[in-house]
Amino acid sequence: MNGAHDLGGMHGFGPVELERDEPVFHHEWERRAFAITLAAGFLGKWNIDMTRYAREQMPPAEYLATTYYEHWLFGLEKLLDDTRLVSRAELQAVLKGGARQAPVPAAGVRVLAARDVEAALRKSREAKADDDVPPRFNVGDLVRTVNINPVGHTRLPRYARDKRGAVALDHGVWVFPDTNGTGRGRKPQHCYSVRFEACELWGAGAGSRDAIYIDLWDDHLVPA
Amino acid sequence: MSQEHEPHHHHDHDHDHDHDDDDVQEHREHGAPLTEVELRVRALESLLVDKGLVDPAALDAIIDTYETKVGPRNGAKIVAHAWVDPDYRRRLLEDGTAAVAEYGFVGRQSEKILVVENTPKVHNMVVCTLCSCYPWAVLGLPPVWYKSAPYRSRAVIDPRGVLSEMGVEVPADTEVRVWDSTAEIRYLVLPERPAGTENMTEDELAALVTRDSMIGVAKVRA
Repeated sequence: MNGAHDLGGMHGFGPVELERDEPVFHHEWERRAFAITLAAGFLGKWNIDMTRYAREQMPPAEYLATTYYEHWLFGLEKLLDDTRLVSRAELQAVLKGGARQAPVPAAGVRVLAARDVEAALRKSREAKADDDVPPRFNVGDLVRTVNINPVGHTRLPRYARDKRGAVALDHGVWVFPDTNGTGRGRKPQHCYSVRFEACELWGAGAGSRDAIYIDLWDDHLVPA
Repeated sequence: MSQEHEPHHHHDHDHDHDHDDDDVQEHREHGAPLTEVELRVRALESLLVDKGLVDPAALDAIIDTYETKVGPRNGAKIVAHAWVDPDYRRRLLEDGTAAVAEYGFVGRQSEKILVVENTPKVHNMVVCTLCSCYPWAVLGLPPVWYKSAPYRSRAVIDPRGVLSEMGVEVPADTEVRVWDSTAEIRYLVLPERPAGTENMTEDELAALVTRDSMIGVAKVRA
């Protein structure tokens, strides 16, 4: 979707602000938001692409006016509501301090236990696919990205649509986030690092020696 | 409210930036919460716990992992070893995932690691314009600036300007390569070893390697 998350190439945000000796978290609520998001992810009710898509659906003005872990919180609330694990009504009731119904333990979910945290965090997610799918492109091939503007999820940034590039690396077969993020299946296919010259993306004024490498999938590319 | 605001104001006054005239900007970038956010997180956590969907002890273990165990010291060990062991450097550049796993650094947000080497001819830097993809297993959780709109918007359209602001002047004849992490491949920059470090031990070298140098927005200084 053409949301506020798709920031590449926008102007006007000012300089990059560095913070010396920055802590991992700035506030206790950030710790908790981070941890409940990861722990809830292990329930297995959604995948990483759905998590990203949920955060992207924060209204643009709100997205730009809030902090990173507020985006996470928005996404988590949405996913929990979508999967009926914690409804918005339940959350509102707690926030209003009203009488709470006795919690109904959720059935059919696997809950991450403290003793399993270390092993679980050390385990990679399963975005890499073992499916035997032939590549549509070879390293060195000239390609053009498709011009798409889906209302759903895509990992093809706006700034790189309908642009010419060259396949620099073949990363092998991976789950396709554009479908996986909206519950339309894994659609495993090759993912490549595609090199775009800066002037192709930004015009003649861009650095003639500079290039942007973007990881894109077969379905994002056509022969140039 | 007061609990959150006291330390924040204190922090503002201690801050060595001289642009904290804009309090809203400070709040946004430094992650100070609105009271409502705190309440929402607390409410959500209590609901998840009451429903048996999360184990409170597991939450503490997750936080502890990323606050005390996994961080940029992991990546610094990799870089220092690559500087002193040419064979390891070759393995690291050929198959970053396997070479990093030799140290036991594996896991979330690091399913595949690709190491790109900075040289006098090529300067690499890493961004995630769409979200905040970052190699957790070797660098820990990303800093606020990496996740911020200024960095995500500008790294791809004005990489040299961003680098210059961050203290890296890239010569005009050096190629700049920006890696936008749009998939599950995570990028780690192997920075240049600074001159004058020939007699240093691997541990001494690792102490020089900064997080920002492994994102490609800083040079390692002796």
